[in-house]
Amino acid sequence: MSARTTNQKAWFLVAPVVVLVAFNAIIPLMTVVNYSVQETFGDNLFFFEGMKWFEEVLSSDRFHDSLLRQLQFTFIILAIEVPLGVAIALAMPPKGFWSSACLVLMAMPLLIPWNVVGAMWNIFALPDIGLLGKTLNTMGFDYNFTRQPVAAWVTLIAMDVWHWTSLVVLLSYAGLSAIPNDYYQAARIDGASSWAVFRYIQLPKLKRVLTIAVLLRFMDSFNIYTEPFVLTGGGPGNSTTLLSLDLVKIALGQFDLGPAAAMSLIYFLIILLFSWIFYTVMTRGEDN
Amino acid sequence: MSTRRVANFKWLVPFVYILFLMLPIYWLLNMSFKTTNEILGTFSLFPREFTLDNYRAIFTDPTWYNGYINSLIYVCVNTLISVSVALPAAYAFSRYRFLGDKHLFFWLLTNRMAPAAVFALPFFQLYSAMNLFDTYIAVALAHCLFNIPLAVWILEGFMSGVPKELDETAYIDGYPFWKFFTKIFLPTIAAGIGVAAFFCFMFSWVELLLAKTLTSVEAKPIAAVMTRTASSSGYELGLLAAAGALTIVPGAIVIFFVRNYIAKGFALGRV
Repeated sequence: MSARTTNQKAWFLVAPVVVLVAFNAIIPLMTVVNYSVQETFGDNLFFFEGMKWFEEVLSSDRFHDSLLRQLQFTFIILAIEVPLGVAIALAMPPKGFWSSACLVLMAMPLLIPWNVVGAMWNIFALPDIGLLGKTLNTMGFDYNFTRQPVAAWVTLIAMDVWHWTSLVVLLSYAGLSAIPNDYYQAARIDGASSWAVFRYIQLPKLKRVLTIAVLLRFMDSFNIYTEPFVLTGGGPGNSTTLLSLDLVKIALGQFDLGPAAAMSLIYFLIILLFSWIFYTVMTRGEDN
Repeated sequence: MSTRRVANFKWLVPFVYILFLMLPIYWLLNMSFKTTNEILGTFSLFPREFTLDNYRAIFTDPTWYNGYINSLIYVCVNTLISVSVALPAAYAFSRYRFLGDKHLFFWLLTNRMAPAAVFALPFFQLYSAMNLFDTYIAVALAHCLFNIPLAVWILEGFMSGVPKELDETAYIDGYPFWKFFTKIFLPTIAAGIGVAAFFCFMFSWVELLLAKTLTSVEAKPIAAVMTRTASSSGYELGLLAAAGALTIVPGAIVIFFVRNYIAKGFALGRV
């Protein structure tokens, strides 16, 4: 592919996008920044507080706990969904009717509204009326996700795996189907083992789509709100209160706008930092 | 030899996975055909007193079916806006080098990372100030925050896969830019447009937090109607299950239409 040419007029082509996104991003972001440095007493009275809220949030145990829970959640679901998604994509029929059938069925959970996903898993896992909960209890497991923190975590993770593994499958499948057949023939002639085929042919070709998959899953799992809110409401106790659940509790429940805004900004910066590191590491040496 | 034996049972992996995916959906459907009394009273794998009352209630009550119509309207408007503004921008990113291009691209992506929970309150204030609160256009515009960056990202991938010689030949043949873009270039990346539209539809359809914050009556999305009913009328499980089951339908239709693009499409053009 020939190199891109320098042309400053290209700005005209990106202008509509910049205007629309900036309108939605910058004005609300500035509102948040504004709150994060002020104290409010109602009646639209605001006082400048400087860095007070940031210091308060960063040193609070509550924030540390929900951040830790969030990191734990994101790490677990990435560790399950990415390998599982790749494994399923490898085992799928490469083309034809059955592969389309698989793709269509697998894409289903992706297009269900998030609160419906939460509600669906709630009624699926309830110990008295849910298929999963009832079955587990009949089999002798003591399972009640509304009371046991461990059960709540297992249910939450099962729900996320159910909801999002297909995205990794679809991306990996697309990556795999882009590998020319010659590569496999060459490997067969060389007598390569199936592990070698995976390690030296398939995995390198999957690098780009896996970068996208991991980035999307990372960002979205860090932002997850609706599904756990409907499924567990952050409970039992605070055991499944992830970052955004905690944030909404502070902002809309207690109406502490200052701390909530400061927390939002810290939260956003964390996502930005992780994504940037990951993006840079994964795409190193690929550019130009 | 061992690889062949493995290959014979390979289909089990996707099969078991799909089974796992279908179980909660099956349970939802099962519940939607039961009366609330039966759901709470007995445990059965199939509805004993099969009833369509839950669905009938939804299709006869305007608050319910308007919820569906509202959701579909803002989702379609959003998809249309996102894809049409993303097309020229993606072309610019894939073909030209310009001042701040890389920073702009990463900035766009950062908006995909913005937690909706962070923006809910400022969005409410912003759209109220513009007198757009409780309109389709407010939700459609708000969803642009994460859909436009995604559409640009996907389309840029597809466009970079089209050799630049195509553009150059067209210019030599004397095509003006817009004619080349609409007559030659867009048909070439039709699959990419399909996939971008699919993703925009998907993320706008499933998002609830912003849609709920920006609407009250007129443009209330179906998913929000569900949460309201869950709290106001006790716990009408059968009705909720039916409403949930119906929210799966538009997605299933969209998947059916893009099924042939999925394989190529998700690779985002260049792999």
